Amino acid sequence: MKAPENWIDMSEHSHWPEWVYIGVVVALLVYVGAEAWNIERIVEHIPEDAELITVTAQQWFWSFEHEDGTKEIGELHLKQGVPYKFEITSKDVIHSFNIPDYLVLMDAVPGRINTIWFVPVDAGEYEMQCREYCGLLHYNMRAKLYVEKA
Amino acid sequence: MVLELHKPRPIWVIMFSTHHTDIGLLYMITSIAFLFLGGTLALAIRAELFFPGAQIIADSMTFNRMFTVHGTTLIFLFILPFAAGVGNYLVPIMVRYKDMAYPKLNAIAFWMIPPAAALVWLGFADFTWYAYPPYSVISAPAPAADMWIFGLKILGVSSVLGAINFIVTILKCKHPDLPLSKLPLFVWSIFTSSLIILVAIPTFAAALLMLLTDRLGVSGFFNPAVGGDPIAYQHLFWFTFHPEVYVLVIPAIGMMYEIIPRFSRKPIFSHSSGVIAFVLLAIVSFASWAHHMYATGMTFTVKTVFMIGTLAAVPASAMHVFNFLATMWGGRIKFTAPMKWSVGGIALFFAAGAGGVVNSAMPLDFITHDTYWVVGHFHLFVMGTIAFGSIAFFYYLFPYITGRMYNEKLADIHFYLSFVGAVMVFFTQHVLGLYGMPRRVFDYPAIPEWIVMNQIATVGAMIMGASMAIFLYNMIYSSAKGKPANMDDPWGLGGKYYYPYQRKNPRH
Repeated sequence: MKAPENWIDMSEHSHWPEWVYIGVVVALLVYVGAEAWNIERIVEHIPEDAELITVTAQQWFWSFEHEDGTKEIGELHLKQGVPYKFEITSKDVIHSFNIPDYLVLMDAVPGRINTIWFVPVDAGEYEMQCREYCGLLHYNMRAKLYVEKA
Repeated sequence: MVLELHKPRPIWVIMFSTHHTDIGLLYMITSIAFLFLGGTLALAIRAELFFPGAQIIADSMTFNRMFTVHGTTLIFLFILPFAAGVGNYLVPIMVRYKDMAYPKLNAIAFWMIPPAAALVWLGFADFTWYAYPPYSVISAPAPAADMWIFGLKILGVSSVLGAINFIVTILKCKHPDLPLSKLPLFVWSIFTSSLIILVAIPTFAAALLMLLTDRLGVSGFFNPAVGGDPIAYQHLFWFTFHPEVYVLVIPAIGMMYEIIPRFSRKPIFSHSSGVIAFVLLAIVSFASWAHHMYATGMTFTVKTVFMIGTLAAVPASAMHVFNFLATMWGGRIKFTAPMKWSVGGIALFFAAGAGGVVNSAMPLDFITHDTYWVVGHFHLFVMGTIAFGSIAFFYYLFPYITGRMYNEKLADIHFYLSFVGAVMVFFTQHVLGLYGMPRRVFDYPAIPEWIVMNQIATVGAMIMGASMAIFLYNMIYSSAKGKPANMDDPWGLGGKYYYPYQRKNPRH
């Protein structure tokens, strides 16, 4: 039986538009990938003088411990312009530590310590929240960040 | 083509049949029913989020259960069975065989779905559709979580049985005169997605068993309190479910490949590029799973590898879009319902893919991860592309199944409302994510931007809900009282040769 008529012969039309198009797509992807690689490399480099804050998540609140041993629950006071390094862990289930205004995001995984860093550049009051589903009060697992003027 | 409802038969004759078109019909009707059930949950979720504070849903636990069952239902009980249904209908016809390779196995695979669905719906678990431990091990309420695990286990087995059946039918039962490379692209889509299922699902099956024994307290694979690693589960889960994303989307693309050339009255621009793109997608789908886990504390190198793997899937998807556009280019396009839904689906597929590139770029992923951006992004795939493609195909098969024509005006209204609704919900959710709203929240602080965008999304969802009510009415009314369809050419496309599967099958 011969093939039905509407199966096309590949030699019928030219294919250069498809190759050009694929080329453009691949070029865009290479650009995006290279930029992402470069930025992430810079972003992940933690400054050596960063102050350490230990973040502990548990259902359903955040606790923070400063380098000098001061503890805070549900709120965090930082100084403007100082680099901070967070060591994040959890006591029960997976949470995700997030300061949306500063694009800080890192999972709090029980049994692991994840690190992330940032510099609060502007003084003011910011929201912190949990961004990984953690049960009943996940929606309300929020905390306040106060950045004090240097 | 063998038609099912054209000559009415008692329902039990269809239910106890092992013929591929009967099982295809059962699959499709079941899946459309679950589309409506899961969609209803979505409307309730959106209604709750219209204002900050608790309004419609009593407490956050109920809300959490609702979005869990919403996701589970629409992925496992709508999208997968719908593709299996269409595959059952068309694959044997397209490979010119009398039935599927194993008809009884086929019926068993279908009949595993109702008990699994009952487990998922009666349990109403709350740990989201990906059931991350340790929450799912130490915190999730008991009978519901275990019922969900068993339900998913059964659905996994059903998928694997279906996949084996499709692969054997395509490879071993196709007409000897029909070379593999000349099979219609829809058959290729079912073939590649079945191969992915076969490789991917066993991993999740294992993870589910480990989760269950962890919950029973006899093991501690994922429980850090006894030395387990919760991240291991995420690897196992996404090793299955990132490829599964392609299992969901590939058959929908295959359905569009059936519709677009016929309604453009032109042959497919490039059959081989479609085949190549399907095979490429199937391969690279296994190279990107950990892009769901950038924020779990992976090293820079691992993130880079998975970013490259993710970006590698884009050219193949882009080839499909090009193929569709090039097929439509210069064609005499007939914009009836199947074509409208397909073109709408392709537009949203393109948008979803563009958003996906943003997600995959490491630094940007930390902005979008687990926010409403992601919700908007994957809904553009599952609703915008897959459901749109499926609905297109449902309209396309409607006259062949029922012998009657659907109401084109109502189908028109259905499409325009759904498209506008989808744009309102899912594009807005992208922006909402950039404003930092986390997903899976029952309530949110009264930030003015968040309120406005949630309200736009809710109105969009309600528009979509209304359009689906029109769809339901159209299907029920038209299958009973619609105009009899012209079975040789229901849409008046005017070419005998646009329906290859209508060519007389000597075995039928």
